[in-house]
Amino acid sequence: MTFPSSTATDAAAESADTAGAAGSGSAVVGRSPGQLMWRRFRRDKTGVVSAFIVLAFFLIALLAPVIAALYGKDPYTTYGQNQPGLLNDFGYPIAPNGGMSGDFWFGLEPGLGRDVFTQLVYGIRTSLSIAIVVTVITTVIGVAMGITSGYLGGKTDYVIGRVIDTLLAFPSQLFLIVFLPVVEAAIVLPEEETPVWLRYVSICVVLTVLGWATIARLLRAQVLSLRAREFVEAARVTGASPARVIFKELLPNLWTPIIIQSTLALPLYVGAEAGLGFLGVGMTEPTPDWGRMFQVGVNVYHSDVTYLLFPGVSMLIFVVAFNLLGDSIRDAFDPKTKR
Amino acid sequence: MTSYLVRRVAGALVILMIISAITFYLFYAVPRDPARAFCGKICQPETLALIRHNLGMDEPLFVQYWHWLAGIFTGREFVQFGECPAPCLGYSFATQEPVFGAIVDRFPVTLSLTLGASVVILAFGIMTGMIAAWKVGQPLDKIASASSVVGASLQIYFVGPLLAFYLVDTLQLIPRPSYVPITENPLDWFTHLLLPWVVLSIIFTANYTRMTRSQMVEQLAEDYVRTARAKGMSSRSVFFRFAWRGAMIPIVTIFGVDLATLLGGAIITEQTFSLHGIGELAVRAVQNTDLPMLLGVTIVGAAAIVLLNILVDVLYAFIDPRVRLS
Repeated sequence: MTFPSSTATDAAAESADTAGAAGSGSAVVGRSPGQLMWRRFRRDKTGVVSAFIVLAFFLIALLAPVIAALYGKDPYTTYGQNQPGLLNDFGYPIAPNGGMSGDFWFGLEPGLGRDVFTQLVYGIRTSLSIAIVVTVITTVIGVAMGITSGYLGGKTDYVIGRVIDTLLAFPSQLFLIVFLPVVEAAIVLPEEETPVWLRYVSICVVLTVLGWATIARLLRAQVLSLRAREFVEAARVTGASPARVIFKELLPNLWTPIIIQSTLALPLYVGAEAGLGFLGVGMTEPTPDWGRMFQVGVNVYHSDVTYLLFPGVSMLIFVVAFNLLGDSIRDAFDPKTKR
Repeated sequence: MTSYLVRRVAGALVILMIISAITFYLFYAVPRDPARAFCGKICQPETLALIRHNLGMDEPLFVQYWHWLAGIFTGREFVQFGECPAPCLGYSFATQEPVFGAIVDRFPVTLSLTLGASVVILAFGIMTGMIAAWKVGQPLDKIASASSVVGASLQIYFVGPLLAFYLVDTLQLIPRPSYVPITENPLDWFTHLLLPWVVLSIIFTANYTRMTRSQMVEQLAEDYVRTARAKGMSSRSVFFRFAWRGAMIPIVTIFGVDLATLLGGAIITEQTFSLHGIGELAVRAVQNTDLPMLLGVTIVGAAAIVLLNILVDVLYAFIDPRVRLS
């Protein structure tokens, strides 16, 4: 998958292998690079605040059933249709601001009349879990492919390199929506209803297939430069096996770009998943999903703009916080790259 | 230059062949019953039988691919469905029309949308980036940097309807977004697409602001800038006549890469404002599992990206005289 490329990330990654060496000289007391990173990170106010916001989102996602139970509503019941006096004849909430009230904190969904607050809380689970799964798998595949490509070189490198180039050069959003029906058509007949778990899996598969190339390209470049360094040559001369060179010599120097890259990738996948939901090819009803909330929001904004605001603002806060956190982690690992 | 272009176009054709072969294989070989899948969600039994026959499914897969490929040049005849004239990318059984015609009909919309957005992105992104670099460390720079963080985190399907609500519904400053052909009324074309352009470019502009700023700052530290200053050139002239040229080179490269993402953004923008472009066509085809249409849209999308990338590389040589196309 191609995302608007961040040159800053590449720059950070290029000098990332020096991050470990950068700290050790300056400190009087011996500190590990990890400790130094942690110290730098704690001093970064933006980073700490963003970390707390991100943590809050994760907690809300985890505790969604608890929150819903305390609040006394669920995201599936069509309150507006069950109780008279909540929605008008056109299906819009009667109370001002999208039906916000003591009973329905964030109002009601136009049409079906479901509770917006619980939908939002449960929706985080869908987006976040897909984003986490995809980030983890793309990172593992990307790291494996990148290291293989960079370490082996030659024909393997050429083949993997061309595959990466092709994947990055093509309209991934288009491929994303095009290949979803194909993945599903492989398992489900067109007249059958797609089960929820299958949709979940196929979204993850398609996002992964189109997403691993970014991190693979980055790591390939890293490994290419590391491979030529003396310490790797020394290890090889002393007879270390390829596995030992990769896991003991190369990987420890690659953690920084891996962590930075995956932190920056996660909010992009949250956006991509919501984008699929918005286009009507994401998670299906009745699974609460932010993307589908946007889809409804776009249809009703003329009459009820409030409904759009909640998922929009929540997502904005989450993505901004996560991006700032990613920047702070990068700065903490590698203080030389100042934006 | 000519030989370079010929080679690049030849390479592009090879890539498109590979892409089409892979996509074709996926579409025909993966679904359990391709004919059933090709028929779409609403499928009559007689249509199904016809599709089976028309697809030539008794033939090996590569023969079927060959028919599809040959159809681009010779056209194909789909018995009882209709003619599919020369550039035939297949026939959509769900909408009962040739795929190529449907794409051509919608092409101007997507083209207008992406081209206009590109202009906004480059003009606005580079301008704000230059301002930020000119005033490094000053409030204006900080505002530009902060807004670029927020801008890059915005979503088209959130900003789009929000701006439409305030600018179109409430304040009535601009007309509701729609597509008016430029040949019909250039002014209407412009005003009706203004909002989609702005919305599509917001997420990208932020990125270009940041890149332009860091590139300019980097360029200003270069030796040639110091030489120019030492010879008595004013810092304004150095900034606007020397440094920006160097800064533009990586920007153009990255813009070439971002074109693919921009097309993806166009799909969401079209859906947000109900513009009947290629993206909207693709989304509808997905909802109907209209595989022939999707195959055609994929190939056309890939072709557009490949061609635009060649164009960007040529543009590159004009900006940077050091680049020799060979």
